[in-house]
Amino acid sequence: MAQELGYLKETPSQTAGPYVHIGLTPNFCGIAGVYDADLGSSMVNDRTLGERITIKGRVFDGAGAPLKDALVEIWQADAAGFYNSPSEIRGAADPSFTGWGRCPTSAEDGVFAFETVKPGRVPFKDGRLMAPHITFWIVARGINIGLHTRMYFPDEGAANDEDPLLARIEHRERVATLIAAREGSTYLFDIHLQGPEETVFLDI
Amino acid sequence: MSEMPNRKPETGAFFPRDRNWHPPAFAPGYKTSVLRSPQRALLSLDGTISEITGPIFGHSVLGELDNDLIHNFAKPGESAIGERIIVHGRVLDERGRPVSGALLEFWQANAGGRYRHKKESYLAPLDPNFGGCGRTITDENGYYAFRTIKPGPYPWPNGVNDWRPAHIHFSVFGHGFAQRLITQMYFEGDPMIWKCPIVNTIPDRQAIEQLVAPLDWANTIPMDARAYRFDIVLRGRRSTLFENRLEGN
Ligand SMILES: [Fe+2]
Repeated sequence: MAQELGYLKETPSQTAGPYVHIGLTPNFCGIAGVYDADLGSSMVNDRTLGERITIKGRVFDGAGAPLKDALVEIWQADAAGFYNSPSEIRGAADPSFTGWGRCPTSAEDGVFAFETVKPGRVPFKDGRLMAPHITFWIVARGINIGLHTRMYFPDEGAANDEDPLLARIEHRERVATLIAAREGSTYLFDIHLQGPEETVFLDI
Repeated sequence: MSEMPNRKPETGAFFPRDRNWHPPAFAPGYKTSVLRSPQRALLSLDGTISEITGPIFGHSVLGELDNDLIHNFAKPGESAIGERIIVHGRVLDERGRPVSGALLEFWQANAGGRYRHKKESYLAPLDPNFGGCGRTITDENGYYAFRTIKPGPYPWPNGVNDWRPAHIHFSVFGHGFAQRLITQMYFEGDPMIWKCPIVNTIPDRQAIEQLVAPLDWANTIPMDARAYRFDIVLRGRRSTLFENRLEGN
């Protein structure tokens, strides 16, 4: 017998269920007075550095219907390419930018939206720069384990072409599922859980 | 934003997820998963700085009653109806190390099994003194505790006669966004756990048992509240001894 490694098993995931908004955005769903504001509802303030952008989109199921009970979180670097996190040891992030946002999809049309800044580039493990990107995490009723993906920018063609993660996508036509569309200062990023346009999701 | 203990920040990538321990995306016994499950293989990649980092929440985000669901929605001098309980435990990582500063958010039905939500249609009544959400942050030992009432079981449209066992939903942040987790806690001894299609999306019985909180008699407060113990394990991370490229070496 060898020594025991003694690692624990990760707690298994369970669906966020139909009422994830009660727990994570109670003010949004009419439970007022418990928290001052819903966490993650604001990422920027007057002093935040960088180019202001809006990200908007919907999450579609395999029948093409938008999810109206989903919750989307994003995590990103600041405009200079630093994360507001203790594990960021390359430099100090903009203190006026949280880097993290949370938005419920609306009960009317399933739209989520974030007011944020365009992130700077951050290095891959081997030091090459990744293209500017935003990490997405999606939970909802019917999603048994939160889905990770990334949004990239359509106006960063050269950076996208050399991005190490995008380079790993075997079926090249699927790269487009991770690249937003631009309309002025708004980036449109729809997520497809299934079907011919299924988004590339990450096990990362 | 951060309130971390005096320890060198960890920058290692997280252990890969054991996808056989978690429920699969497609679990037809839980009908909603059929159209909401990706069908293509996930793109597997060792974590980058975008997943190794994550937001940290300071205690300043917490209000005084955030960890007390019996009172955080109740009128002054009143309290929620139901069996008074304390849920407590530790957040650890797969290496067994405590995860300090972890934000836990929880939500649940009231004692009758009814959620405070406009799309909820169960005939059980709302409790005017129960909102159903709370949150807390683990201390330097990874410990957390909150007070609530035991939620009731409730029926849901899936099969003709499916009921959820009593449960509390948990959302957990560790130190890296790759650790992000949502799960549910069940109560020891509930025979309905094993009948539930959502529970049974998890293929391994031992994994299900990891979600069942035992009654903690030792920590039960006489004449006040029973205690349930629920430990949560997040992904562990590699030591960076032999991979310090992120530091620029
Ligand atoms: Fe529930």
